[in-house]
Amino acid sequence: MVNERIDVKNLNLWFGENHILKNISFSIKKQNITAIIGPSGCGKTTLLRCFNRMHDLNEKVNIKGEIILDGENILSKKTDVFQLRMKVGMVFQKPNPFPKSILENILFGLKIKGIKNKEYMMQIVEEALKKAWLWDEVKDRLNKNALELSGGQQQRLCIARALATNPEVILFDEPTSALDPQSTLKIEELLLQLKKYVTVIIVTHNIGQAGRVSDFTAFLYLGELIEYGETKKMFTTPQNKKTEEYLSGRFG
Amino acid sequence: MKRRLFSFIGINFLRSSTLLSISFIFFLISIIILKGFQVINWEFITQPPKEFMTKGGIFPAIVGTFYLTFLSIIVASPIGILTGIFLVEYSRKNWFLSLIKITIGTLSGIPSIIFALFGLAIFVVLFRFGVSILSGGLTLAVMILPTIIKTTEEAIRTVPDNFREAAYALGAKKSETIIKVVLPVALPNILTGIIVSVGRAAGETAPILFTAATFYTRKLPKSIFEETMALPYHIYALMTEGTQAKSQVPIAYGTALVLLALVFLMNGFAIFIRYKMRRGKKW
Repeated sequence: MVNERIDVKNLNLWFGENHILKNISFSIKKQNITAIIGPSGCGKTTLLRCFNRMHDLNEKVNIKGEIILDGENILSKKTDVFQLRMKVGMVFQKPNPFPKSILENILFGLKIKGIKNKEYMMQIVEEALKKAWLWDEVKDRLNKNALELSGGQQQRLCIARALATNPEVILFDEPTSALDPQSTLKIEELLLQLKKYVTVIIVTHNIGQAGRVSDFTAFLYLGELIEYGETKKMFTTPQNKKTEEYLSGRFG
Repeated sequence: MKRRLFSFIGINFLRSSTLLSISFIFFLISIIILKGFQVINWEFITQPPKEFMTKGGIFPAIVGTFYLTFLSIIVASPIGILTGIFLVEYSRKNWFLSLIKITIGTLSGIPSIIFALFGLAIFVVLFRFGVSILSGGLTLAVMILPTIIKTTEEAIRTVPDNFREAAYALGAKKSETIIKVVLPVALPNILTGIIVSVGRAAGETAPILFTAATFYTRKLPKSIFEETMALPYHIYALMTEGTQAKSQVPIAYGTALVLLALVFLMNGFAIFIRYKMRRGKKW
């Protein structure tokens, strides 16, 4: 491993006149799960979307600072965002498979990447679906429309779709908030497996979920990083009073 | 008691208005069918007119309407769809965009007879296409363009953003996202705009009045540079310029029935395709 960390340095983000992220600096350890928690509107999703430059789609957003991934500042103008997004995948709040077949969904990223070898593609499809624990459920109906799957299956398909391009990092934006408890549990177990292959950064409003799955936790409040550290430590002996109040459910 | 009476009256007002609307459509179709059916037979739809349109069929008019509609659709659809894509996905919000939108809005509100004069000046005279299928088809294309642009815009706008985000997050460029994700999802609704346009292009009389239509011809057009008979104009001609009403008025109703059936048929076909494409697409 070349670099074992993803470094966020002095990250500031404005949405028009609003200062959303204020001078955020921390280091994410690779091959781990890092949770970003905080009350609604604290900027946690905004922070997550910096890692794959999703803010590029919005002209009103202005970002200053650095995020160093593999020795390169990904916020730099020189960065090829399309390459970056293949390296840093994303799974969204609401499962969003394309209204195409299960197979087409997984192949999408590979076709974008320009891979043409059919045999190799099918091999990746199988691998990705196996890693996302979906293979056994769908192997006989890969040509069925992805929207016929259940919500939990759709979300695992989205995970498989993100895995197919072989990313280093996968960003999860409240991936279970639209799912039932059982599907949520399955995704949480899956996340613990995924860190074997990828670095996971997950935004969640569910404190329990952060506690169950993450190795490190970042607590954001009003756009500021209040506390960052090992989840176990933070959840038992929070250093900051705000963190303690949030974790004990006194606001949020 | 009073409130119940009010709601009773209110609901029955709504009910009778609905019944009235339906009965208009019902009577319209029944009258066309009853009067038109008398003259319809195999000869009527396969033969050219005879003896100054008092006998024979309307085959050249059917063919003419088909050519005109087809030409206008294949010209207007690509231009309209591309314009719609540009307006939604690529244009920047400024005064120029507002101007374009106002222009398109105005275009859809212009009476069709004005399009006829425009077609005459531009296609027939300036481009020297003469009174021909080409001139008429292009005039109809200009007329249906705003409808296709607007429905394309609507169709693209209603594609949920989370599909776009999913594509971008996988490293897709904007063009790839539009071609591989947005357009396939929007296509059934774009098709709806084209369906409506087919009906309008086939049925409008005014735009082809000076640009394509001819009163009476026994032969079929050999190329798009020739003038042609067309169903709506044929009805108009029979009702206004005929001298033997007794035999010509029934033919007009027969022609109307054929036109109606043709439009229904084309719509039915397009709705069938849309249904096929929409199956299993719930989000």
